[in-house]
Amino acid sequence: MAEIAAKVLIVGGGPGGYVSAIRAGQLGLDVVLVEQGGLDGGLGGTCLNVGCIPSKALIHAADAYERAAEQAKSAPFGLRVEHPTIDFARTIEWKNGIVGRLTSGVGALLKRHRAKILQGRAVMVDGKTCRVETDTGPQVVSAEHVVLATGSVPVALPALPFGGRIISSTEALSLPAIPGRLAVVGAGYIGLELGTAFAKLGAKVTVIEAENRILPTYDEELVRPVVRRLRALGVEVLTRARAVGLSEAGDALQVEQEGAPARSIPADKILVAAGRRARTAGFGLERLDLTMNGPFVQTDERCATSMRNVWAVGDLTGEPMLAHRAMAQGVVVAELIAGHRRVFDGTVIPAVCFTDPEIVTVGLSPDEARRAGHEVHTALFPFQANGRALTLGAEDGFVRVTARADNHLLLGIAAVGAGVSELATAFGLALEMGSRLEDIGGTIHAHPTLGEAFHEASLRALGEALHI
Amino acid sequence: MGTRIIKLPDVGEGVAEAEIVEWHVEVGQSVLEDQLLAAVMTDKATVEIPSPVAGTVVALGAEVGSVLAVGAELVRLEVVGEGNEEVAAAPREAAAAQAPAERPAAPQPSTSPESASQSAAVPSAPPAPVTRAPIGPPRPPGEKPIASPAVRRRAREAGVDLRQVRGTGPAGRIGHDDLDAFLRGAPKAGISAARAANTEVETVKIIGLRRRIAQKMAESKRRVAHFSYVEEVDVTALEALRATLNAENRSDRPRLTLMPFLMKALVKAVADFPEMNALYDDEAETLERHGGVHIGIATQTPSGLMVPVVRHCETLSLWDCAAEVQRLAEAAREGRATRAELAGSTITITSLGALGGIVTTPVINRPEVAIIGPNKQVVRPVWQGEQFVPRTMMNLSSSFDHRVIDGYVAARFVQRIKGLLEAPATIFIEA
Repeated sequence: MAEIAAKVLIVGGGPGGYVSAIRAGQLGLDVVLVEQGGLDGGLGGTCLNVGCIPSKALIHAADAYERAAEQAKSAPFGLRVEHPTIDFARTIEWKNGIVGRLTSGVGALLKRHRAKILQGRAVMVDGKTCRVETDTGPQVVSAEHVVLATGSVPVALPALPFGGRIISSTEALSLPAIPGRLAVVGAGYIGLELGTAFAKLGAKVTVIEAENRILPTYDEELVRPVVRRLRALGVEVLTRARAVGLSEAGDALQVEQEGAPARSIPADKILVAAGRRARTAGFGLERLDLTMNGPFVQTDERCATSMRNVWAVGDLTGEPMLAHRAMAQGVVVAELIAGHRRVFDGTVIPAVCFTDPEIVTVGLSPDEARRAGHEVHTALFPFQANGRALTLGAEDGFVRVTARADNHLLLGIAAVGAGVSELATAFGLALEMGSRLEDIGGTIHAHPTLGEAFHEASLRALGEALHI
Repeated sequence: MGTRIIKLPDVGEGVAEAEIVEWHVEVGQSVLEDQLLAAVMTDKATVEIPSPVAGTVVALGAEVGSVLAVGAELVRLEVVGEGNEEVAAAPREAAAAQAPAERPAAPQPSTSPESASQSAAVPSAPPAPVTRAPIGPPRPPGEKPIASPAVRRRAREAGVDLRQVRGTGPAGRIGHDDLDAFLRGAPKAGISAARAANTEVETVKIIGLRRRIAQKMAESKRRVAHFSYVEEVDVTALEALRATLNAENRSDRPRLTLMPFLMKALVKAVADFPEMNALYDDEAETLERHGGVHIGIATQTPSGLMVPVVRHCETLSLWDCAAEVQRLAEAAREGRATRAELAGSTITITSLGALGGIVTTPVINRPEVAIIGPNKQVVRPVWQGEQFVPRTMMNLSSSFDHRVIDGYVAARFVQRIKGLLEAPATIFIEA
């Protein structure tokens, strides 16, 4: 059996793992990265293969199709389109092309930084050694440092085990055809992003949510434009509803809803989007006997686990399960291993929902800020009063700022509207730099852009708004 | 309604003034009869002043730390019925404004009516409560410091905990300049996140007993020509005797420490050296040699060093001495020691007990001229003619006032004590 010794062993090639490997390579460390590949993986992990990137590709295609269809119906600015159609197989091919470009790009980056990639399933033997089952036989890797970056997997519901009609987000991104009727179980961001895309592509979509509203982790004010849009797209949303299983014939979803008779919802595909859970099984984690934090591996501010020189990053370590969090942690760990003093100490981790319209949140909501004991100034600026939004034909939504009443320090910024995901950059920077409302108010924002709404919301919180 | 002025009462014979060490009430508070108003401190004792009537506090006579003359206004109360103030009919605002102005200046208790009315006309702010803001970061504890990622990273690399750094930017933001300033001020070597420099400074007002101690110590060091003399004493026999006596374990007798033996030895020694049991009045240039041996026992109390006095040790038995030391030490620690019990010593013993150390250089309890300080007992090999033998040895560190005590005399005095302690039976042999 071949044996490899390295300074750093990274288990998992997703955003946490591959970024850690690149940074470690840049710092001159000797790195081995193990990636098991398979249907839901490969270099780039969930994000590049079956998450962020392919879903955004699909959402973009669905958007374009839906707009074309809209022009065909009403041509609001005179663009005439006749009977648009979509070749879905081509769509998937295009999406796969993007994924392929990005994953091979990751491979090239790793190679450039001299990280050794081992394709195969890693099983930890102890805190310094792991056995990798590769196509060419088992290999043992021993390393001074181990970075666990195994990510997460979709949660399966006992009543709706994956298989056949019942699919996870992974399969939903590679369907051979647009389903005629799609039931989506779970109105979190994954279910709504994909549900909306398929609705735009022509599927009859029904969303089933156990809570009393969609996107329950976001405040109601932000979600309202999304609710309106879903209604306009003809998506049926059942709240306080529970999917109890398949009908006897297996072609419909049985749903119980509070205060309503049980329903059977015919569906060609049933997308279970009930969240994700940390991948803690299948790689010998139990042999390390690490301290856990519920379903996650417990880490400190340096991403160190309870075992010396065993580190963990990304979804394995807890919420929020976001690629950019994992990447930032991956960098921290690589630099720590290289002997730098680092902590994972971001003030905020932005979160984006690529629903229609998009939602971006950075920092605290007004209620969260109040619960944290702050007296707050909060103000929102609607896109209805923003010139750029009107020229884009996307006037629903707003930017909202929340600041401390005493010193005007920004605590949270949120927006809902078409294309607002790009504002995450400005929002995150404002909070990381410790900006006050006056800092945003005093920054000249380019006109005409959506970002002006951020400027105006800050001015409004100071009682100085100009365009409202 | 009337206004009742509570004056600082006579808190002990011959006491002309006292220092306010603590207020138990504040302006606006209602007090009951006999409720404690303030603690004041005279030369040595702390006295609690109760309220003779019920009422509402209108004004406090002085800040904590101020010295008030006996008879000066301590508290002004608004009471039901007639007060004792001449201008009781005056509107309350006027009375309140007047209160601080009427606060008599302690050194000049007799003010002419003209100057009194003049000073009353000058509006002066009521005594502000003492605010002790610690000098340090103004950020409330537990609040996360605000700093850009670049500043955070630099701080991390420099091993600086940003919670220790004061932010001068908007909303208390810590900038590169703030970090630079902190780094300039922080020690360069050995800093790490785990051992961040603590830049907090707390200002503690030196008041009450502590102030009294500070004054007395400084005065003693300033005036007295101290010299210290250290001799070692073989206390093996003494310790054997002490053990034997303690082994009797009689419940009517206190346990004996070294202290009563040393006290009895002192009584015996000063009989031969009367200049040691004396008070030197350096202004009158007289030395009072005392017949009675009143031994001050330096005692650590929660509020500081106190010296209760065992009077007329020449009349006390060994156990009387032990019992008296114990009683006085407890009284001093509990703040019950009376003024009489804290004054009148003619010579002082200062012992750090088990902490004793090798040598001390005691400060003389002025106007006394000698202070004796036993150090820690240790078993040491001692050369006795042909061999080393283990002996229980103890150093005796003493200080004398060289203005009136010559070195030769002091050495002989200490040798005398040493002789007595080394042959303890001689302590008890009547001449």
